[in-house]
Amino acid sequence: MSAAAGGQSAIHSGNRLYRSRKRVNFFLLAVSSLALAFGLFWLVWILGTLLYEGGTALARATLYYEMTPPPGANGGLANAIAGSLVMVTAGTLIGTPIGILAGTYLAEYGRSGWLAGATRFLNDVLLSAPSIVMGLFVYSVYVAKVGHFSAWAGAIALALLVIPVVVRTTDDMLKLVPNTLREAAMALGCPAWKMVVSVTYRAARTGILTGILLAIARISGETAPLLFTALNNQFWSNNMNAPMANLPVVIFQFAMSPYEDWHRLAWGGAALITLAVLVLNILARALFRKSD
Amino acid sequence: MEAASTAATARPAIHTAMRENRATEPVALADLKVKLRINKLNFYYGGFHALKNVTMDIPERKVTAFIGPSGCGKSTLLRTFNRMYALYPEQRAEGEILMDGENLVTTKQDVSLIRAKIGMVFQKPTPFPMSIYDNIAFGVRLFEDLSKREMDERVEWALGRAAIWNEVKDKLSQSGQSLSGGQQQRLCIARGIAIKPEVLLLDEPCSALDPISTAKVEELIHELKTDYTVVIVTHNMQQAARVSDFTAYMYLGELIEYDVTDTIFIKPKKAATEDYITGRFG
Repeated sequence: MSAAAGGQSAIHSGNRLYRSRKRVNFFLLAVSSLALAFGLFWLVWILGTLLYEGGTALARATLYYEMTPPPGANGGLANAIAGSLVMVTAGTLIGTPIGILAGTYLAEYGRSGWLAGATRFLNDVLLSAPSIVMGLFVYSVYVAKVGHFSAWAGAIALALLVIPVVVRTTDDMLKLVPNTLREAAMALGCPAWKMVVSVTYRAARTGILTGILLAIARISGETAPLLFTALNNQFWSNNMNAPMANLPVVIFQFAMSPYEDWHRLAWGGAALITLAVLVLNILARALFRKSD
Repeated sequence: MEAASTAATARPAIHTAMRENRATEPVALADLKVKLRINKLNFYYGGFHALKNVTMDIPERKVTAFIGPSGCGKSTLLRTFNRMYALYPEQRAEGEILMDGENLVTTKQDVSLIRAKIGMVFQKPTPFPMSIYDNIAFGVRLFEDLSKREMDERVEWALGRAAIWNEVKDKLSQSGQSLSGGQQQRLCIARGIAIKPEVLLLDEPCSALDPISTAKVEELIHELKTDYTVVIVTHNMQQAARVSDFTAYMYLGELIEYDVTDTIFIKPKKAATEDYITGRFG
């Protein structure tokens, strides 16, 4: 029965290679399913704990319109929620255009040149840099120079976190646009900038938008960059040049305190951020699916 | 004489195709006005020498076909005409491509102007991610400032020329990418002619299309040559026989034979051409 010489066919269910391949398949499938269950277990636990501990705080309307209280008093997180919204919005508005422009340079102009290669590498370093580094950087170049903490400093630190995420996704998404589409636009006598704005941005828009949403999701939970920049504020503040309350730092401060009602507010804030990020992620995914 | 009999069976089908589809009688190349004069053109992909001393005249308002096996340089040659290669820094051309006395290889003229005069349709349909209307209007807006009514007329005219108006007139605001492959390709042709170029380059325009769409596009090519100089790259020899007035056979970056299509398909001068035409190639 020499199969090599073209005798009997090797294709039957008793085949040794076939059976061992099936065993390996079964084993790896089992291992990866276990890994999935393990990962999900913690995620569900975290979400469950957050909702269990923070649920009561979330359900109380005072959370959304009362200021952060002194220990022992009743209050909410209104100033922290507003501050977070303001700084996340400002950080996104500052970081997104820079990120998109840089990503556009990488994908459309620099391509595989040395400058693009070096920029991509540095951007990846920034992308994985600890966020506390950004906070300390802004502290030393801005806060220390002007002499006070401020919401602007917080927004700048958050923008510095937005930029590498947006650069990376813009670059990746534009690179997914087929070159034939660029050639088709150029073949009409279209200048390069117009081709980028009217054709490739449109082709990549959902991907780029997803990147922006993911960047927003990331910065909404960052504590470290705000700790050294926006600090915190017990009161409502409309002044971008003064310290401003924000959810992550309030959670940090309240959770570290010995007071029971502060703990409850910290849980509420944590649940609020997590739910907001969850909604943003779902939104990003829904957008991405619609584009297919 | 087995080879000869293969040739004998292969030819009549092509002849019939030519008789049925060619309305005008073939004219000698020398009698026609030249639109593009290619002189000692060499092309390089980095270190790879892709076109070797190609010299030929493309006549005005005729259909010229480039045929040859994959990798012979026919698409490369086509892409030199509108300087598409300039998008890629490692590609370069040497020699002359004269259009109206201007050498397109060395000209200081803005490449956008050249490309607007020499339209191109690609192998795969490339509708832009915008509405059918905007797909056509996009190119027109680059060089013309038309009123809404004039633009409407232009869009209808271009879609009509490309034989797709009746299929899309009720859904002009829908995405161009929602059309079928054959419709997308005709949309791309409409986009190309909407800006009224002088030359239209077609790079294997039917290779991704079904026979019915192919027939429509071929019919369209026939119509287009009344106004445009058409150059088509195809690896379908029947197609070349059906649509073109002149045919160039290329092999390994060299122009082997270039003549009236009937001559190329009925009595080619070179044995290499005959081998390829009759399928004895390789």
